[in-house]
Amino acid sequence: MKEIIKKLTECFGPSGYEAAVRSCISAELPKGVEARVDAMGNLIVHKPAAGKGGRKVMVAAHMDEIGVVVTHVDQKGFLRFGNVGGVRLNPLMGGRVRFADGTIGVIGMEKVDDASRLPALEKFYIDVGAASPGDCPVKVGDVACFHRGFEQLGTRMVAKAMDDRVGCAVILQTLKVMEKSPNDLYFVFTVQEEVGLRGAATSGFGVEPEIAVAVDVTLTGDTPECPPMAVALGAGPTVKIKDGGMLAHAGVKDWLMRTAENAGIAYQREVLVAGTTDACAIQVSRAGVPSGCISIPTRFVHMPSEVVDAGDVEGAVKLLSAALSHPIDIGGEKS
Amino acid sequence: METAPLVRELTEARGPSGYEAEVRETIRRHFAAHAREVRVDALGNCIALAPGTAALNARPSIMLAGHMDEIALMVIQIEKGFLRVTEIGGFDPRVLFGQEVLVHGRRVLGGLVVSVPPHFTDPAEREKPVPLNKLFVDVGLPADEVESLVRVGDLITLRPRWSTLANGYASCKSMDDRTAVAVIVLCLEELAQRGHAWDVHGVATVQEEATMAGAITGAYGIQPTIAVAIDVTFGAQPGLSPAETVKMDGGPCIARGPNFHPVIHERLMATARTLEMPVQVETLAGPSGTDAWGIQVSRAGIPCGLVSIPLRSMHSPVETVCLRDIERSARLLAEFICRLPVAFADELVIPDALGAERT
Amino acid sequence: MLLEQLSEASGVSGHEEEVRALLLPAIRDRVDACRVDGIGNLIARKKAKGSSSLRVLVAAHMDEVGLMITLIEESGLLRFAKVGGIDDRVLPARTVLIGDKKIPGVIGVKPVHLSEKGEAEKVMEWKQLSIDIGASSKAEAERLVQRGDYAVFATEYRSMAADLSAWRTVQGKAFDDRAGCAILAELLSERQDFDLIAGFTVQEEVGLRGARVAAYAENPDVAVVVECTGANEVPTTRDVSPSTRLGCGPSITIRDNSFIADARLVELFTNVAVQRGIPHQFKQPNIGGTDAGAIHRSRAGVPSITIAVPARYIHSPAAIMDLNDFENTIALLREALPRLSGALTPLRRDA
Repeated sequence: MKEIIKKLTECFGPSGYEAAVRSCISAELPKGVEARVDAMGNLIVHKPAAGKGGRKVMVAAHMDEIGVVVTHVDQKGFLRFGNVGGVRLNPLMGGRVRFADGTIGVIGMEKVDDASRLPALEKFYIDVGAASPGDCPVKVGDVACFHRGFEQLGTRMVAKAMDDRVGCAVILQTLKVMEKSPNDLYFVFTVQEEVGLRGAATSGFGVEPEIAVAVDVTLTGDTPECPPMAVALGAGPTVKIKDGGMLAHAGVKDWLMRTAENAGIAYQREVLVAGTTDACAIQVSRAGVPSGCISIPTRFVHMPSEVVDAGDVEGAVKLLSAALSHPIDIGGEKS
Repeated sequence: METAPLVRELTEARGPSGYEAEVRETIRRHFAAHAREVRVDALGNCIALAPGTAALNARPSIMLAGHMDEIALMVIQIEKGFLRVTEIGGFDPRVLFGQEVLVHGRRVLGGLVVSVPPHFTDPAEREKPVPLNKLFVDVGLPADEVESLVRVGDLITLRPRWSTLANGYASCKSMDDRTAVAVIVLCLEELAQRGHAWDVHGVATVQEEATMAGAITGAYGIQPTIAVAIDVTFGAQPGLSPAETVKMDGGPCIARGPNFHPVIHERLMATARTLEMPVQVETLAGPSGTDAWGIQVSRAGIPCGLVSIPLRSMHSPVETVCLRDIERSARLLAEFICRLPVAFADELVIPDALGAERT
Repeated sequence: MLLEQLSEASGVSGHEEEVRALLLPAIRDRVDACRVDGIGNLIARKKAKGSSSLRVLVAAHMDEVGLMITLIEESGLLRFAKVGGIDDRVLPARTVLIGDKKIPGVIGVKPVHLSEKGEAEKVMEWKQLSIDIGASSKAEAERLVQRGDYAVFATEYRSMAADLSAWRTVQGKAFDDRAGCAILAELLSERQDFDLIAGFTVQEEVGLRGARVAAYAENPDVAVVVECTGANEVPTTRDVSPSTRLGCGPSITIRDNSFIADARLVELFTNVAVQRGIPHQFKQPNIGGTDAGAIHRSRAGVPSITIAVPARYIHSPAAIMDLNDFENTIALLREALPRLSGALTPLRRDA
């Protein structure tokens, strides 16, 4: 899966501008599969059930990545910018960004009076090599993604936008390799997750599933002096129990864990204190959709170099395929 | 039925947000005693239906909503037998410090919320409260036993300790919002003896403390004509200004503000006056922090009211109420419902504003 | 003039009755149907002149930020809470009008002579302030006002610019978004070749509440929100742009904190403005939010855009707006709306 992950992570796709990612994924879809694009830009792929008695399941991974948006071009051709999604301040200084047309920019920073504190976003600017607004190739409103290539580190892979291109790769691969399923499946590549789960909210309403599973990244607790979390790279995909926005439906969580145990797939129990996923929006759609999430442990989330483990990624594909290929029991009316 | 035993049974039951199964069972039994049907929806809301007597094709409905979930903690990591936790819903960490809890692992274990004892901390640190990320739960067992009994994601609830206080007051955990569920039970009990035109959906909702997912999706599924949420509000106590609190034993509080339809507010107030019942007005200038906020904007909009029970020490193990306020709230709602004519639904909207102007 | 009446009307989020009462007679002869829903939105429909089935929602919000009376003290002074986002620093020494009877009151302040050292460095928090209506007891006050009453700033609408000025500026309260309401009422004079749904929404300032309900009920194919947005041109030494500027025409939103405008609609409005020579500007990205935030994510998604009149000092007792910008906003919408049907080429998988 290294090739598809490399291709997807290197695509340009800040929230609101997912067309290139959508196009790349479309080219990878199995021939003849039913796919449409909805009003927001979500790519909805339908794999009808083979047989009866299954449930209608939506699987979601988001195509968009965090980035920056130009808010001002100053008199000397420097760009001021705002955030698209949860951009972290620490890695900005000296970083590079790439605009839709390929223009590259370098992020600079004003002098700081107090070196012990991170300056606010207003103190940063981008240098695209222009000397005035007149010769600047970029205008207010243009967006850029962070500019970093894909690298392999042994069994680990690093790139920008692993969040959530690795999730897209997982559900794409699942679609390709899974056996026939009694369940009616919708693989939805969503837009605008990073700015408020917007694509998930609308596609969840449109698809109207009975059950939903998102595939996204989660943090780890295995780096020096990090906030405590019982998730580590290389110990398998996680089944989410809770995150900052939702409580996974108990029946969905149990179904995914049971599937992993029965299939001998190593998995981790995930409680994420801050941050959430598309599942949070789908769960409150219409009259309620029992929802859960399979996560890929990732180091340095929302930084330009996010690190995942190839084994965890493969494990996620196996888990998702196994879960979707069989009849699903998430409990129901408690007696 | 007797208020105190009902409230005690409900508050002592377990039901953290997302894991309400145990308390839902208790609620279901009570609902079933007074309503014609009881069902559970996709996310776990428990919904009782007491049908009205109006003609089926012109029968409006009212949804009563009180949340059954309680705030709780969840295990995020196990370190040398000590449990690191995160919260589900909002705790003041100063209130948790030193409290007794129940850890729901492979079996239920008693535990204490602890931190490094003062003798071993910096003097500067001792001046400050211990934040949640420095609190642990100690179940008093060897580390390997803890590892076999407790897992990441297990839930931790406050150990219930019911106190019957003087003057009809009582204290326990989860008065927020099990007292509201008690109000719905008592209301359904009274309605079963009386006639009412409107359908009544009594709903014990899930996840209000975490995401409000229960109220949002429940309202979508039920599609009631109007809704009244029932919750608790801040009873007067030292340190709080009268502008932000209500009187204990002062009767149910009927809220005014953008979240609430003025006609429903007026009618609830008028009903209280008819019953010569003490009642208070609560002003909420923005989000109400209750199920009503999620219900009001469901689908094409649902006009809402809010009835609140005065409560002291909210979100602590010693939430305190006056039981009379619970009984009054139930009677008020039953009377309100029984007096609702079918035509009341028409007072809340103007379907033809041009025609109304011309006449 | 409708804008003047709307500006001076009292309509804090949750109590927009007076604004509805002004709008209804203004639009009744221009629309085919009109209703008020359960949250208070005023929703009017103007049917298409042809056979198109396109449904377009054009929305402006009727509510303004203001105060709510929370307590009447024994002394006769009133305590209040803020409704919507108000900077505490604009509150001291204001005159307000309370309730439907518009009882005047003043937010009193400590004389500077008697303030303690260092006090002038701290902001007066809203919780410390109270409103004086001249009552000397709780009983006296209760004859005039009650808890839950809403209060607005007492600001008259007035013209600022002399006849010879290039700007036609006016000062008043609640241009956000009574300017949008006035513009929407004006747009209803024309029949389009699609069904036009005019949504005069409520409770935008407390969470885009009315718009969410209106969008669900009306289920439009596309939405245009008409707003009044902040222009912050107070001089600074830094080379940064104000969000928008007075005198430069309507602003087109590319993205704000509540939504990302549909790129096809941004292109449409930009092209129309350029072709028709209508001055226009782009609102600085990532500032503020509007009803489009709720509408665009309604049901399965609604392509949306926000077009706004710039005004200085919105959300304060007095804002300043240029009527040239106001009229150019109407002009841009008038020219662009008929071209909506052609603008929404479907999104493709491979592009």
